Amino acid sequence: MTALHQYSLAALSRGLAAGDFSSVELAQHFLDRIAAHDKRLNSFITVTAEQALAAAEAADARRAAGDAGPLTGIPLAQKDIFNTRGVRTSCGSRMLDNYIAPYDACVIENFDASGAVMLGKTNMDEFAMGSSNETSWYGPAKNPWDVERVPGGSSGGSAAAVAARLAPGATGTDTGGSIRQPAALCGITGLKPTYGRVSRWGMIAFASSLDQAGPMAPSAEDCALLLQAMAGFDERDSTCMEQPVDDYVGALEQGIEGLRIGLPKEYFAEGLDDAVEARIREALKVYESLGAELVEISLPNSHLSAPAYYVVAPAECSSNLSRFDGVRFGHRCENPKDLEDMYCRSRGEGFGDEVKRRILVGTYALSAGYYDAYYLKAQQIRRLISNDFTEAFAEVDVIMGPTTPTPAFRLGEKADDPISMYLSDIYTIAVNLAGLPGMSVPAGQVDGLPVGLHIVGNYWSEARLLNVAHCLQMETDWHQQIPEAFK
Amino acid sequence: MLMSLDAEQVARIAYLARLQIDSEAIPDYARNLSAILDFVEQMNAVDTSGIEPMAHPQDVSQRLRDDVVTESNQRDLFQQIAPATENGLYLVPKVIE
Amino acid sequence: MEWETVIGLEIHAQLKTRSKIFSGASTAYGAEPNTQACTVDLGLPGVLPVLNKEVVRMATKFGLAIGAEVARKSVFARKNYFYPDLPKGYQISQFELPVVKAGTLTITLDDGETKVIGVTRAHLEEDAGKSLHEDFHGMTGIDLNRAGTPLLEIVSEPDMRSAREAVAYMRKIHSLVQYLDICDGNMQEGSFRCDANVSVRPKGQEAFGTRTEIKNINSFRFVERAINYEVQRQIDLIEDGGEVVQETRLYDPDRNETRSMRSKEEANDYRYFPDPDLLPLVIEPEFIEQVKKEMPELPDEKKARFESEHGLSSYDANVLIASRATADYFEAVVAELGGEAKLVANWMNGELAARLNRDAIEIEQAPVSADAFAGLLRRIVDNTISGKIAKEVFDAMWNGEGSADEIIDSRGLKQITDSGAIEAIIDNVIANNPSQVEQYRGGQAKLLGYFVGQVMKATQGKANPAQVNQILKQKLDS
Repeated sequence: MTALHQYSLAALSRGLAAGDFSSVELAQHFLDRIAAHDKRLNSFITVTAEQALAAAEAADARRAAGDAGPLTGIPLAQKDIFNTRGVRTSCGSRMLDNYIAPYDACVIENFDASGAVMLGKTNMDEFAMGSSNETSWYGPAKNPWDVERVPGGSSGGSAAAVAARLAPGATGTDTGGSIRQPAALCGITGLKPTYGRVSRWGMIAFASSLDQAGPMAPSAEDCALLLQAMAGFDERDSTCMEQPVDDYVGALEQGIEGLRIGLPKEYFAEGLDDAVEARIREALKVYESLGAELVEISLPNSHLSAPAYYVVAPAECSSNLSRFDGVRFGHRCENPKDLEDMYCRSRGEGFGDEVKRRILVGTYALSAGYYDAYYLKAQQIRRLISNDFTEAFAEVDVIMGPTTPTPAFRLGEKADDPISMYLSDIYTIAVNLAGLPGMSVPAGQVDGLPVGLHIVGNYWSEARLLNVAHCLQMETDWHQQIPEAFK
Repeated sequence: MLMSLDAEQVARIAYLARLQIDSEAIPDYARNLSAILDFVEQMNAVDTSGIEPMAHPQDVSQRLRDDVVTESNQRDLFQQIAPATENGLYLVPKVIE
Repeated sequence: MEWETVIGLEIHAQLKTRSKIFSGASTAYGAEPNTQACTVDLGLPGVLPVLNKEVVRMATKFGLAIGAEVARKSVFARKNYFYPDLPKGYQISQFELPVVKAGTLTITLDDGETKVIGVTRAHLEEDAGKSLHEDFHGMTGIDLNRAGTPLLEIVSEPDMRSAREAVAYMRKIHSLVQYLDICDGNMQEGSFRCDANVSVRPKGQEAFGTRTEIKNINSFRFVERAINYEVQRQIDLIEDGGEVVQETRLYDPDRNETRSMRSKEEANDYRYFPDPDLLPLVIEPEFIEQVKKEMPELPDEKKARFESEHGLSSYDANVLIASRATADYFEAVVAELGGEAKLVANWMNGELAARLNRDAIEIEQAPVSADAFAGLLRRIVDNTISGKIAKEVFDAMWNGEGSADEIIDSRGLKQITDSGAIEAIIDNVIANNPSQVEQYRGGQAKLLGYFVGQVMKATQGKANPAQVNQILKQKLDS
């Protein structure tokens, strides 16, 4: 018999609707799995068992009253970057270890309204700065495919939890690849929507012009259900757009005959692992067999996206993280001897090394005499990168390539070398700079480690992306694979 | 173009950012920060004269809100998470003007 | 050596909105500490700013009033620095692209001379909270109610050459923002305050001297004193062979001196950059057109109208338009009386102004309302009381003793206009002063005043002066 956690989120939604099991049973099942398995993964920072069961009961009542939607009673793991009222919201940092959020993020409100059940808050790189989950104050989350390896980051806890089926779905946030890269390394599906698609209200900011929240789940269909609840206009975020929300689930089954797939030659070049490339080419063959057309394109400035990103993101973060000053919330050092001491020590103790590095880089890039050379230059490069995509989308419908250059690397392997760590996001960050939507979809394995196919669409094309991903998942079963140790 | 930072510069930037960094850790920071600056240096290979800087992913204007009071007093809730308060005020070490 | 003073002012006017510039918290003054500081004002993790439309409208009004271009596109930037009353560690302000570009303002000096002062720009920004230095076990208390209150910072060119010019400019802006109904102008509450950039240079020299910035001056009197002090300090310094250091200074009104604010000086690197949470502010021409239609009559226009419509002198008109409240008071009294503008102007610029000045209050706080004031002047117009008696009545009104009519009644001040009664009194006076009558009739015409005085004395000032004069002459000359 298939255990509950072996179903996709969409299948669980159908099971709840059919009355095959209750929300409370479902929540209890996943809470038991977290209790049994998360010691090995460290994918949760906080588990909210009591609230989860109460929410599940309410969901069952709602269903009994005939008022259930597709997510009513579905357990979810929330990245610990979203404010959750009454629950610690740590952002993976010592700075916020004592921060009980006094309000809910818009994403949390939306899921609450849909009747979803929060299981807990997932581990992440500190303030979402990292690509391996190793910068978390709570210790790294592990990759369920090989617990000696990283799950990716920053949404590593969400990816690990979903891959090990400790939760049927989760949220992530993506500033430079933080949904797509861990989704790829953990063998699940993840979507970073168009900038402005999902409200950033209550999501702790890393780099405001790049951050975007999105769903992480086994399949594209699951992500469609989750995005349906997450997306939409919110007047509290003035960068959130009044763009109609498509019917993501309804669009999944569309045909893709004649779909023009752009393959940037820069993404299939030096630095890409041969075996990873082979898996990507196989996936592309599937698309060809479905009637899609492969077109080689060029994104000539793509090699500049990481350098530009590592100016823009630190610059914004250096300012965004100034509010953590030990005055109104968060960590304050013991016995400050004066005001400056309170600032310097509270922040020095509260933030980890990578966060400090980025604050310092950003502070430097914005400081007098360097602003033009770094910040302004990066903003100009950003324009060039965005223009590359505009030109590409005049030719093709979607762009595909590998999500990451290699499969999951070992814990500690890159921890002392920031640059090599930064390069693990080499294919994903251009998408954030341009504000486009992007997905990672499981596309096979290399030595038992998952490989992700990166699919990038034009603005507001989430429905099309999910549809394209779904078509691959109708032909392959990589998204259904569960690591042996967590079956 | 400056590509490497010395310990003194790191200390200056750290103070600007109000970050205490142990003196023995400063050389490590200096090395890593220099490597990062070196990495972003690649940008200078491209001529960007005349390119309009892009601060936001979307080329649209700001949405405004109506002038309506929507918030009520939640001081007790907000101050539960504060390190130090008294009589409704946040307390900090003495500010000298 | 002869020195020339160069002054530029940065005026911060709190905009009179109901809610804050980027949040829905109330801006009302005087609430319990931190009860009007919401998640956004506190800078909690994850919150976002959304700009209040009303502040854009108010800034537009100001731009139109000083003949400036209202920027089609302006940008909010972050000014980064750490201070406990600045919750986010940055202030959202405007830097490279302000909402109001260059404009001008004409000031009138005491001697009636006018001078055009350039306004470099005006930009929108958020106010900070307040640090309370009363002793909390050696700590400072932070109240963030004011954090996020909208400010319009109005930056002048260094066009002023004396403290008096600076005060005249500040008064003009103060009056203008109240006319525009965008700021309550309350200086005690800090709704209107200014920083002064002051430097000196040898007369005739083109280049500016090194300037200092005097922070947060919140009264017209202090602006004048602070600048005069600072100018003298700089001159003394230079004449003693020293140099002026570019720095921020604080004016201490108790000691009447400025002193250096070292703490604000170090590491003055604000790292401005466009706020990524806020897209560019775009003001469409249609919006500006609509605001134009809503523009109130401005001081200069009002002055011209007071002169033409009410026949006032340029001097009187200028005094009456100095504040919108004064002008409104004047017009309310004139409307109530159905005319008599000159009488109203004389009384307002005389008796009323003197009492306001004596009590150091603004016309809004005057204990005698425009209606009540009209009630008093009406009794002069209809000869119920004389101007002299009216002053006594006005004093009583000021002290809260009631309306003009009530006071006239209760004190029996009604003018005697019954000519029979006046005649009887005059006959009595003539009978009692035979030698003066003789002298008058002998050619000493100026003795008429003596008889008037006697009659007024006998009537306690209540006899109608015109009638007394007329009847006296008639009787004495016959």
